[in-house]
Amino acid sequence: MGEKVLIKGVEAIAESAIRAGCRMFFGYPITPQNETPEYMSRRLPQVEGIFLQAESEIAAINMVMGASAAGARVMTTTSSPGFSLMMEGMSYLVGMELPCVVANVVRGGPGLGNIAPAQSDYFQATKGGGHGDYKTIVFGPSTVQELVELTYHSFDLADKYRNPVVLLTDGALGQMMEPVIFPEMRKLNTLPEKPWALTGALNREKNIIMSFEMDPKILENINWELQKKFQKISEDEVKYEEYATDDAEFVIVAYGTIGRIAKSTVKALREENIPVGLIRPISLWPFPYGVITQLVPQVEAFMVVEMSAGQMVEDVRLAVGDRRPVFFYGRPGGMVPSPRDITEKVKQCLSMLLS
Amino acid sequence: MKPVYLRPQSMEDRITHYCPGCHHGIIHRLIGEVIDELGIRGKTIGVAPIGCSVFIYAYFKLDFVVTPHGRAPAAATGIKRSLPSDRIVFTYQGDGDLASIGLAEIIHAANRGENITSIFVNNANYGMTGGQLAPTTLLGQITTTSPYGRKIAVDGYPFHIAELMSNFKGVAYSGRFAVYDPKKIISARKAIKTAFKNQMEGKGFSIVELLSNCPINWRVSVSDSIKFVKENMEAEFPLGVFKGGE
Amino acid sequence: MSKLVIREEFCKACGICIEHCPPKVLGLSNRVNSKGYNSIELVDEEGCITCGFCYLVCPDLVIDVYKPEKKKGE
Repeated sequence: MGEKVLIKGVEAIAESAIRAGCRMFFGYPITPQNETPEYMSRRLPQVEGIFLQAESEIAAINMVMGASAAGARVMTTTSSPGFSLMMEGMSYLVGMELPCVVANVVRGGPGLGNIAPAQSDYFQATKGGGHGDYKTIVFGPSTVQELVELTYHSFDLADKYRNPVVLLTDGALGQMMEPVIFPEMRKLNTLPEKPWALTGALNREKNIIMSFEMDPKILENINWELQKKFQKISEDEVKYEEYATDDAEFVIVAYGTIGRIAKSTVKALREENIPVGLIRPISLWPFPYGVITQLVPQVEAFMVVEMSAGQMVEDVRLAVGDRRPVFFYGRPGGMVPSPRDITEKVKQCLSMLLS
Repeated sequence: MKPVYLRPQSMEDRITHYCPGCHHGIIHRLIGEVIDELGIRGKTIGVAPIGCSVFIYAYFKLDFVVTPHGRAPAAATGIKRSLPSDRIVFTYQGDGDLASIGLAEIIHAANRGENITSIFVNNANYGMTGGQLAPTTLLGQITTTSPYGRKIAVDGYPFHIAELMSNFKGVAYSGRFAVYDPKKIISARKAIKTAFKNQMEGKGFSIVELLSNCPINWRVSVSDSIKFVKENMEAEFPLGVFKGGE
Repeated sequence: MSKLVIREEFCKACGICIEHCPPKVLGLSNRVNSKGYNSIELVDEEGCITCGFCYLVCPDLVIDVYKPEKKKGE
């Protein structure tokens, strides 16, 4: 067990990636994630890694594509506008079946927006902001320790499924310092073999990595193969936290920073003997529809809280259907609701239910 | 009988999709010949563009990746920097891919002195998509998106990539060649060999611009397209080495 | 064996080699390949000087060029 280290979220991503065997990083400055490239620029040379600041997020994601195609564990981090510039790359990476990790430290939008925390890129990350039918695994950590563990885990998942993994966090968690314990440094010779990688076709058939197929019949099959992959991921990789749901009659659904604030809310309400519970999705794709659906019979209503105008709420409604009301409390633009704000909203909904 | 010229070993035995008389085929062969001569087939990785030559991966017995339009130099950077230093990485791009959407990528790769080899085929239009205006379209040249001829006031001037690239300290070699006759082909081959050898010797970024015809989209015969390259394109785009030896 | 080995299937009848052949010994045959092109042919074996211009200017790797071995005495 490593010792506790006090570290900021965006730097923890970098150190955790290095512990996972990531030795290549291509990024671009954009608040609020600048400390990740900065950290990587200091740290990677210490472990014979490669850091390069690209000329744009478009160049960065394509450098990631190249390094991944050559077999490297590689990542980039960015923030909302930068993540938008990476959308074509994300679609290509999935079509090329290339593993990599991309962190999006979400900020207030749309457009230039601001640098305050937000969750308004949920659709872009989970439904796919790029073109074509594609999915990437998306995680929404709510503590720096969880961010560390999910970053580390993401590299294994990316290689396992040969697919990008997205870490969806925000400026609050990103800029927050917390004590964490890092996983041990992974030995590079234990990383998975990649016979498909581009290393020079010496004494073997050539490897071609592309997402290009002119014949619709073949591309359809390629699509169905990808969908099988996504189906497998949906069955095996769902992650969520249930808190105080055993006897809950009212359940809040919230992830990431808001998932954490909502937990404080639930504790406060429980002290007032109000039977509230929390479902905190950790994997945003694949979304934990099942656990929400199972709670429907015992629950009066759900409330989704997001730092956005309402995106994950649609997935919760998919899980609940019209069997129960799904209230929504959202704060877009970089506003962060306090536990008290959420407590008030819950009480309002409860009074509405009783009347 | 003693062989004088045989097809390069590093090329697939396959009919290409290129239009009859298209110079892409000659340029592909020169690359194949150089890779054979330098004995680097087993450690060379090609980076394909989006455009007519997106199919280049099918014509070489090499590892290849097809990257988004204009981003080949960035992907090549990722590949080059992650592999052992003896691996050879080259990009192959048309004028739309390199000089338009991908201009930032090629300039920054050059400015970083990225130790890769860039093959740039300039045929003064977007071939694959049916002959639209490109950054290297000549003044007055009619294309499907400059039906009244390219005008300075509207579309600016033809882009001189080889000269532009020669201004970057990170560039070891930048030259412009053509492949419209045996003599030009032989000197183009020498340039491509230099560009690959530079990479093997770690000298930094090398780019070879090659003037090329496009009979189908220029709507002229093959021999007229060669005349157009020799007389019109070469007048706008002088051949020569703008930086680097040999 | 001929001085030129011509892969008729690969020829697209672009005519560049015919134009650049110094002794003008290449021409389009009346044989049509599967793509519908009349492939080129060596019209005058003797006239061919194995300069290889045809190989150099051909975009489609249609022609391999061979030179007769010089007998000791020649």
